[in-house]
This record gives sequence, structure tokens and C-alpha cells, in this order.
Amino acid sequence: MAVITESTLIKKKTVGKKIFVHLLLISISIFMILPFFWMLITSLKPMQEVLHVPMILFSRNMGLFNYSDVIDRGVWIRLWNTFLVSFLATVLRLFFCSLAGYGFAKFRFPGRNILFSVLIASMIVPLAVTLIPLYIMMVNFHWIDTFLPLIVPGAASAFGIFFMRQYIRSIPDELLDAARIDGCSEFAIYGRVILPIITPGLISLGLIFFMQVWNDFLWPLVILKSPEHQTLPVMIATLTGQASTVMYHLQMAVSVISITPLIIIFLIFQRRFTAGITFGAVKG
Amino acid sequence: MKRNWGEVKKNKWAYVFISPFYILFAIFNIFPIIFSIYLSFTKWKGTGPKVFVGLENYRRLIADPVFWQSIRNGFIIFFLYVPIMTLLALVLAVILNAKFVRFFRVFRTMLFIPYITTMVAVGYVFRMLLNAKGGLFNTVLTSIGLPAVPWMENIWWARVSISLLIIWAWLGYNMVIMLAGLQTIPKDLVESATIDGANQVQAFFHITVPLMRPIILFSVILSTIGSFGLFNEVYALTASGQLGGPMRATITPLVYIYQQAFRNFNFSYAASISYVYFAIILILALLQLRYFGRED
Repeated sequence: MAVITESTLIKKKTVGKKIFVHLLLISISIFMILPFFWMLITSLKPMQEVLHVPMILFSRNMGLFNYSDVIDRGVWIRLWNTFLVSFLATVLRLFFCSLAGYGFAKFRFPGRNILFSVLIASMIVPLAVTLIPLYIMMVNFHWIDTFLPLIVPGAASAFGIFFMRQYIRSIPDELLDAARIDGCSEFAIYGRVILPIITPGLISLGLIFFMQVWNDFLWPLVILKSPEHQTLPVMIATLTGQASTVMYHLQMAVSVISITPLIIIFLIFQRRFTAGITFGAVKG
Repeated sequence: MKRNWGEVKKNKWAYVFISPFYILFAIFNIFPIIFSIYLSFTKWKGTGPKVFVGLENYRRLIADPVFWQSIRNGFIIFFLYVPIMTLLALVLAVILNAKFVRFFRVFRTMLFIPYITTMVAVGYVFRMLLNAKGGLFNTVLTSIGLPAVPWMENIWWARVSISLLIIWAWLGYNMVIMLAGLQTIPKDLVESATIDGANQVQAFFHITVPLMRPIILFSVILSTIGSFGLFNEVYALTASGQLGGPMRATITPLVYIYQQAFRNFNFSYAASISYVYFAIILILALLQLRYFGRED
């Protein structure tokens, strides 16, 4: 009898614990999703209802008017700019990173350790240190208000090379030797043997790069001067500067346009994306 | 030496493959860093000749209360969010790693989604939510009988607001990393400890935390660099009013560098700020490595 009560007690306790844990997870998840919900409903509200006292959650006046307003203000060209810059930067980075990753993973050349240490050390240099001199350099290159500063200086990411080196190291040498015997050049080995094998890794890393460039703010903010060259994050931030009031209703419409592609891409490639994030951290 | 040269020749393709990084690194990192040292010893407003002034900028910097305020803010914000976020991420990872949790994928996705979204965009959402009048947070607080909070209007609450935004954005990222770390810990280790009579809290602090130390270190170092280099969060919450406000409570070193360079055009002074800032975070990262890295 005593045994039964004890076991039911434990069972009750664990059921209680399970419910508590799930309630905790649900409330945290709601807190995580809340800002997106708020973004969406604000983008549908007229300006005077955004920070109305008392608060208005839904109203009859909601509609897509803010979207037509930001379309008139040129949101599509900014979306195209953001996409173009993110795409070009990602492709270029993936090419240089996989190439260098192959070099570090599969060749034992003099100076390799020193060069690799330089690569790792370069990751410590924060943006703040290069921001000003690099900006002055871009002025002298006449690259201000072009997309080149967003694509070229970061084209070979140290993190990406490290990532690719770890990835390519697991490819057996025999595979490469076989290709060499067949008379393939080193570049052909990269193209025909390495690239097909590392495609999953390239997707993981590419998703991280794409997201980083898409969301980048400070550097595009100082580089892109004319409105028609802006990216979406810069457009969101500068929509406030023009009038004395903060135009949340318009900012939220642009924000929805800015985050929707990322969320769709993330939901499709979620496994590859989290694999990329954790590969860098846990292996590093 | 001759043999070495032969090795170089044999591996010439490797040098070709890795060269893009070093070429770009030299042009866009090494050269600017050196140029920036020179710049920090001059007085230059963006146009005209650069006047050599020696250590003048550094002398000014040491006496500049705003600079020291920005460093202090970095520390304060770090302590406001890092312990809470790290512990919460670890606890959530342990919970999600438990077998009995249902909808594991759904929860993980929900927690992770803030990380992938545009910070400036959600920063402005938080600015609305935190608005003193008509904002959601205060509306909820007053409706359940609690006093309204002066979120972005009081120096301490402003820092709390920034921390809240950072925790929201980065909790899922840290949790996913810790989850991956947890999966490398053999499960029977924790199980055998609980059989030996340790309760789950004890098992957490005596087994999980020590084994997870490298991952925790990774996350804490990233957060250190992150809290001194905060920009997007501060910009979204405070720009078009007083950037870094109220009363400079949320100005970080990077925000100050931006202000000096791109609002006041004191490029040379901003360069000297960036050097002192770099030295400080380098020292902090090394201290943390020593502190956490001992006993290994």
C-alpha cells in the first residue's frame, strides 16, 4: 500500500513538472513571437492608432495602405538592392572560403601554421577599429554610395575559411589522390571532387552569410548615401529621420517586407542553418 | 632551405587558393589599421590637410567623460543581460534536451527565429512596445494594477530595456549552441549522478555546467565583445531623439565612435577612441580566457 502511494506521488510530481515545463516553454515562445505579431498589426494600422491611448489592438480602419505608401517610396528597389548585395556577397564569400578551406585542409605547405594563426587572430579585430579608416579608404576609392564596399572587403571571411577547413578535412585523401592520378589539376579537383561533397556545408555557411549581409546595418548606413541605393534596414532607420514624428506604421510595413524572405528561407532550410551555427561554435 | 623551396613549389596551388584572404586582409584590414594609428595622432575633420598633434587625441580621450561613460555602459549592460541570458539559455537547452518534452522542434524554432531577423526592424518594434504611453508593456502592467514603467525615459530602465531586447534576440542562438554542446555530453553521466542521489539541480551545477564550460566561455566572450559593440539595438531604440540617451545611459563605445566620426566629423578623434576600445576588449577577452580556461 505504502509503495503504491509513493509511486503515485512520484508520478503526480512528474506530471506536475511536465505541465510546468511546457507552460514555461509556451510562455517564452509567446514572448518570442509577440514582436512579430506586433510588427504585422502595426503595419496595417493608420498612423494615429499606432500609439493610441488607450491602446488599440484591432480596428475597422486596418488595411494595406501603409504598404502602398512604402511602395510609392520605393521599397521594391530597396528589396532588390538588399537581395542583390546579399546574393553577390554570399556567392563570392563561399567561393573564396571553400577554396582557402581546401588549401588549409588538404595541403601541408611551409608556413601553414603561421598563416592559419594569422587567420584566426584576424577574427578578433572588431568592426569598430576598421570602421573609420575603411570608410576613408572607400571615399578615396570613390566607392561611397556603391555596393562594392558591402561586397569586396568582406569577401574572404576568416570564420568561413575556418568553417570550410573543418568541413573539408573529413574528406578522405584517397578520393583526391585518385583524381590526381586521373590527371585532374588541383583546380579541377576543387571543382569536380570537393565542391559536390561540400554542398551541404556550403548551404549552411551560405545561409549564415546571406542572413548577415541582409541584416547588416551600420556599414550600409555610412556607405549608402542616396535613397535609391539603400538596403531595407537602412530604409527602416531613415524613415524616421525625415519627419519630426517616428513613422512606426511605415517602418513596420518595410520591416515585414524585410524579414519575410528571411523567415521563409529559414523555415525551408532550418536544419542546414542550425547545423551551420552549431558547427562553428562546437567545433571551434 | 632548398628542400623547403621544393615544398613551396610542390604546393604552389595551396598558396594560390589561400591568397585571396591574405590579399583582401592586407588591403582592407592591415592597411586601414596602420593608417588609423597615424590618423589618431593628427587632427582631421574629413577634409583639408591632416595636422600632426601627437598624443593630443589620447590626452583628450582620457579626460572625456562621455568616453568613460560609454565604457561603463558596456560593463553595466554586460552584467544586466549576460548572466540572465546565459543561465536561461543553458536551462532551456537542458529542458529541451529532456526526452519528455513534446513539440521540441516547434519550441526550438520559436526561440531561434528572433536571431535571424533584422535587428533594426525588431528594435523599432520594441521601441513601440516599450513606449511609456500606449505601449503594450505598460498597458498590460497598469491593467493588472502595477505602476507604469518609464522604460526609455529613466537611465536604469533604459539599460534594462536594451538588455531585454538583447536577451530576446540572442537567447535562442545561445540556446541552440548549448543544445549542440549538451548532445556531446554522454546522457548516462547525468543519469548515474541522479541515481547516486544528486537531485537535478545538483546534477546541473556539478556535471552539466563544468562539462559545458568551453561552450559557455564561447558564448560569454561573444557577449562581451557584443555588449561593447552594441549599435543597432541602441540606434533603433534611441535614434531620432538623443542617440545613446537618455542622459547617455545607453551610449556604447561603438555608438560614440559613430557619433564622433559621422555626426561630428572628428575622424581622427574617433580613430583614437577605437584604439582604446580595442585594447579594452582584448584585455577583457584574455582575462576571461584565463579565468575560464584554468584547470584545463
